[in-house]
Amino acid sequence: MKTIVSYSIGFLLSMIFTLLAYNLVFVHLNSHHRLISHPVLLVAILTLAMVQLFVQMIFFLHLGQESAPKWNLLFFISTFCAILAIVIGSIWIMDHLNYNMTPKQVNQYINDQSGF
Amino acid sequence: MKSETGTQYSAQSDKNYFGFWVYLMTDLIMFAGLFAAFAVLRNNTFGGPSGKNIFDLPFVLIETVLLLTSSFTCGLAVLSAVRNKKKGTICLLGLTFLLGAGFLAMELYEFSHLFEEGNTFQKSAFLSSYFSLVGTHGLHITAGLIWMIILFLYILKKGLTKGSVRKLTLFGLFWHFLDIVWIFIFTIVYLMGVAL
Repeated sequence: MKTIVSYSIGFLLSMIFTLLAYNLVFVHLNSHHRLISHPVLLVAILTLAMVQLFVQMIFFLHLGQESAPKWNLLFFISTFCAILAIVIGSIWIMDHLNYNMTPKQVNQYINDQSGF
Repeated sequence: MKSETGTQYSAQSDKNYFGFWVYLMTDLIMFAGLFAAFAVLRNNTFGGPSGKNIFDLPFVLIETVLLLTSSFTCGLAVLSAVRNKKKGTICLLGLTFLLGAGFLAMELYEFSHLFEEGNTFQKSAFLSSYFSLVGTHGLHITAGLIWMIILFLYILKKGLTKGSVRKLTLFGLFWHFLDIVWIFIFTIVYLMGVAL
């Protein structure tokens, strides 16, 4: 699997997914958000990034192709779970903090006192 | 050309390889922290510009393509080292270095452009988290470029010994890893910053 072919496949796929995500954003902006809506675009480009992650993990880093006790793969999976917990957890908690802790009057006050 | 098995280095059964892999995964957790900070602070622009106003997507796309191509040539360099082709290894490593240096130069240009317009890391929480995240990645790239120069001299002096192939393989891991982190910076910071 460690051949020029595997690296070329990985490179081509990554390039295609990068350009695809880039063009989706431009279609979204040029059509004034009508052709592709916000949530659809969000899911689409995040999915493309995840697909690229796995393409590069397999074709560049050769993950999962080692022999029997697959420590590298196991370590990667546990790290991946930790990352999901850190990122999703932070966004979840902090968005709720914003929502629960900032009454409208405080926002109004900050807006009025723009130098504050 | 020697037979492939003669000097072939079975990376994945190596303890050094696993140790370096563990380092990469912990580094990834650090990047996750920076990504989380950016995600939380992305809208806190404090009256300053948001991603829509300051990011130049075509410019960043070129950066992305440079880094992706350098990741590819780096993989090919490791491949030709494993196959004991010294000239090919050195050429491909040089090409990787040039592409990586081009990426870093573009990033520094982008930063200096932002600084000139007064959009420093002190302006808002959004810009602080942006510069921390992208700047940390840039620092890793800088470290990678220095590592490449050292590897270059090492291979020129000692040739493709088992040790230098191992060093090059570990460097390859590092460089691919940086490319993977950049995919997420490109998607989350730049694409989502401009589109949403």
